[in-house]
Amino acid sequence: MSTTNTPAAFPATSLEAPRSGRIDPKYLRSKTSSGSFEMAAWVFMRLSGIALVVLIFVHLWVNLMSGGGIAQIDFGFVAGKWANPVWQFWDLVMLWLAMLHGANGMRTIINDYAEKDSTRLWLKTILVLGAAIIVVLGTLVIFTFEPCMLDAAGEQLPRAVCPS
Amino acid sequence: MTRTRGTLYRGREGMWSWVAHRITGVGIFFFLLVHVLDTSLVRVSPEAYDAVIGAYKNPVMILGEIGLVGAIVFHAFNGLRIILVDFWKKGTRYHKQMLWGVLALWLVTMVAFSARHVMLFLEGGH
Ligand code: HEM
Ligand code: HEM
Repeated sequence: MSTTNTPAAFPATSLEAPRSGRIDPKYLRSKTSSGSFEMAAWVFMRLSGIALVVLIFVHLWVNLMSGGGIAQIDFGFVAGKWANPVWQFWDLVMLWLAMLHGANGMRTIINDYAEKDSTRLWLKTILVLGAAIIVVLGTLVIFTFEPCMLDAAGEQLPRAVCPS
Repeated sequence: MTRTRGTLYRGREGMWSWVAHRITGVGIFFFLLVHVLDTSLVRVSPEAYDAVIGAYKNPVMILGEIGLVGAIVFHAFNGLRIILVDFWKKGTRYHKQMLWGVLALWLVTMVAFSARHVMLFLEGGH
């Protein structure tokens, strides 16, 4: 597509086409182009939402609806699941997508309700720090999980899952 | 008196579903923060994890879990409806019918979920 307008036949038609990207800077609301970030966030909310339906529904099905349900969940149950790399990967993706989706949604809500610039900045700082800590912690937990936990003396901890 | 009929997003059904979507989203977010913390107890000791997870198995928490799953299922189904409104050609025309569909599906899912969850809890012998 051509970026230049065709020469105007009448004075009134010599205006720039709307959204032509060549808007006089004095009409722009902000200096930076946050537009493309917001667009990416909008698309991300929808794509992650679709993936999360599958990830979370299967998580709830396996942990609450199949086998013994809520009564079956204990250290041994987690050891059994995370012995399988598929579930490690499953939980990892679920953790990251749910936290990014949820934190981005919270950002929208902060923008809507916190009117003072300084309040918004504070809330978003807490949000980003909190979300980052939880994502890092959750990731470490999945990858450093040790089913056969020993105490300082090398004895097996009660309820630990060790190869016999 | 003028009676407003609302728009696609605000007023009437669109407004209530939007409020509910927002509240459930915030609720799930805070649950998830706590949930990652309680799961991280598997790195402290097996007994610490079992003790805290044991709290999920009393009658009050069983109701809480039904509430949590109710929030997730609504947010998930309504989220899919929002996506259809945005991307499907006829989405805007049928957004209201789809909201009734969301509520009906939610009800069926929750009746089935609650029945099985309570049954498994009772069988669990607590
Ligand atoms: C009452 C309902 C729930 C129960 C009983 C439950 C139980 C568990 C259990 C036993 C684990 C350990 C690993 C595994 O089983 O895969 C886990 C991990 C996890 N769950 Fe859930 N879950 C529930 C709801 C949810 C919901 C609604 C979400 C998402 C919003 C979620 C997200 C996660 C994540 C991200 C992990 C991995 C945590 C980590 O990396 O340390 N869970 N859950
Ligand atoms: C189960 C699958 C899910 C689907 C299909 C879904 C879908 C959506 C959609 C379409 C939006 C609207 C985004 C927009 O208006 O641009 C949204 C917003 C939101 N979601 Fe989700 N979501 C899901 C799971 C989650 C989870 C697990 C959390 C929490 C960790 C969450 C928290 C939020 C929040 C806080 C908002 C912002 C609400 C607002 O702006 O009013 N969602 N979700």
